[in-house]
Amino acid sequence: MNITLFIPCFIDACFPKAGISVVQILERLGHTIEYPQELTCCGQPAFNSGYWPETREVAVKVLDRLRDAEVLVIVSGSCGAMIKNFYPELFKGTPHEAAARALSSKCYEFSEFLVDRLGVTDLGARFPHKVTVHDGCHGHRELGIKDQPRKLLAGVRDLTLVEMDEAETCCGFGGTFSAKFPMISTAMGEGKIASALQTGAEYIVSNDSSCLMHQQGLIDRQKTPIKTIHLAEVLNTR
Amino acid sequence: MSTTPAAAEFKKEATVLTKDLRHRAFIRGALKKYEIVRDDKKARFQSWESARAAASEIKWQAINHLDAHLVEFARNLKARGGKVHWAADAEQAREIILGIVREKKAHAIVKSKVMTGEEIHLNAALEKAGYDVVESDLGEYIVQLRHEAPYHFVFPAMHLTRGEISDLFAKELGTAKTDNPEELTMIARRVLREKYIQADIGISGANFAIAETGMISITENEGNARLTCALPKTHITLMGIEKILPKLADLALFLPMLGTAGAGQLMTGYNSMYGGPRQPGEADGPEEFHVVLLDNHRTALLADPEQRDALQCIRCGACLNVCPIYKNIGGHTYGTTYQGPIGSVITPHLRGLQNWKHLAFSSSLCGACTEACPVKIDLHHLLLQSRRNAIAQKPVWWEKLAFQAAAILFNHAPLFSLGMKLGRIGQRFHPLIKNTPLDPARAWTRSRELPQVAPETFREWWQHRK
Repeated sequence: MNITLFIPCFIDACFPKAGISVVQILERLGHTIEYPQELTCCGQPAFNSGYWPETREVAVKVLDRLRDAEVLVIVSGSCGAMIKNFYPELFKGTPHEAAARALSSKCYEFSEFLVDRLGVTDLGARFPHKVTVHDGCHGHRELGIKDQPRKLLAGVRDLTLVEMDEAETCCGFGGTFSAKFPMISTAMGEGKIASALQTGAEYIVSNDSSCLMHQQGLIDRQKTPIKTIHLAEVLNTR
Repeated sequence: MSTTPAAAEFKKEATVLTKDLRHRAFIRGALKKYEIVRDDKKARFQSWESARAAASEIKWQAINHLDAHLVEFARNLKARGGKVHWAADAEQAREIILGIVREKKAHAIVKSKVMTGEEIHLNAALEKAGYDVVESDLGEYIVQLRHEAPYHFVFPAMHLTRGEISDLFAKELGTAKTDNPEELTMIARRVLREKYIQADIGISGANFAIAETGMISITENEGNARLTCALPKTHITLMGIEKILPKLADLALFLPMLGTAGAGQLMTGYNSMYGGPRQPGEADGPEEFHVVLLDNHRTALLADPEQRDALQCIRCGACLNVCPIYKNIGGHTYGTTYQGPIGSVITPHLRGLQNWKHLAFSSSLCGACTEACPVKIDLHHLLLQSRRNAIAQKPVWWEKLAFQAAAILFNHAPLFSLGMKLGRIGQRFHPLIKNTPLDPARAWTRSRELPQVAPETFREWWQHRK
């Protein structure tokens, strides 16, 4: 299959290992990867901040460039929700609405793509660690992703998954929310990490690097004995 | 964001409350217990999701044909001798109620839970006019004694420990201190029983108003509303116009849903219907029954096709109970009658978008509220639309400029790459200014470490491998 990849800006810049893992996994499965280098960001920060015309400036380019894609795999539940669910909303009543809907129908978040589209759950990975899963809110509530990461983790050798109480509770990132209301965002993150720590896990695993960026930022500051890792990196271990 | 006084107060309170670890643990603990009992009751529905869909559909119909339902409700209520008043805004509602109180030459007033009363600042108006007003709902009574607003529109005193309530009663009522919840309830009951007997007027809210029969439905756990509505000679109900349900049979769905979503009870303790004053031949009930139908910007919300679904709210409080923002900042921080996600959605409509837009922005848009709402209000997406509306009306100049600049950067990948390279250099020097007033990322770095631009970005890796 010809797979077009959308690598969100923060993964490109700060968490390239997640994107590299996705490429390597999909290539190992025999697919051809196209990475449109002209694209950088889906426009979500401006969108969630209320600046919809400015968002359209960025999103139109994404729409145009991905018009001919066969399938689009997005390495983040949050950016996935933006392109799949919010582009049609963003372009409602504009000449681009049809294109936004067409793109929406071929979008997949990475774990969703593996499990639901390709029907793959065992990637031959081995990760001898105790982990707990963070359900990113956008992936979970906008895209309905819940079981897919867990099915994939169940196929990883020597991995122990311990669910935390607050797996589905927001970690407080919320994009620009984290800078507009840092005190609330931080308190939410602290609650999240406390819940993860209770499991005794060594890693918090998620399909969303943006949530993990927030959690890791708190972990580093507070020197909490736990690490974060993107699901794709776990699945790419041997 | 431009800062209004309400927004500044919100941020100040949020800063205090999020640092209060005792408060955080206390509220989270209480709401965790709620979640457990709620899930237990949800599981007793044959299908909670089908019940939500049905409830949402019924409320959607009710709101989208509100004009007809309200007229039907008023006609049926009047037929049994009830008096119906239409209040366009808070001032009119206060005047109507004060008018009745004056006409009846009342002295003492007892109230059961009326959130619309908080909305129109009814107690202050009545007290200013010289009337003695007492809240009969235990939680409301407690916050009234503390001279503070309800902390939660369903659980007004949930932020207080038994010890704090005992101390309050000791101070205000001169009672002996006790840690026993039953004894605390008995203290309030002894005081309140006297009040019911003395009161000339009982003021209540309504959980639902049934158009088909012209009756109001009140659910409660303490029996205080029944006494408030039945003992005094005059009963006044103040309710928002959105409380309408078309049919009596709708209660068969809504009463268990309200109990379950609101408090994790399959049914609330007491469920009563009030359909008018004492009828000929009846032994008890009020001599007069007035219903004040409050608009107060609700019709403006009704006129907004995108946001109108917010009027479907049955005020169960489920969205507050699951909201991670609410759990961390508490109810008083909002500074509104209606707290939590639904409050953040409707307050900008009730009190002005520009002054209250910070409530739309103070959300991570996680969607836990939308998932919990028994009538399926798309709460977090309504917040997103409010943000768009607020900015479209009045953009913040520097934010607009920043997003315009970002759009240029994002639309030119070579510029983006250059930005990353500069970022890599910049981050070497960032520790020198980190978390100081010079740090442009201080909102983040005050409590968190910044992510670092990787030695090799994804696009660099991609270019090198080909």
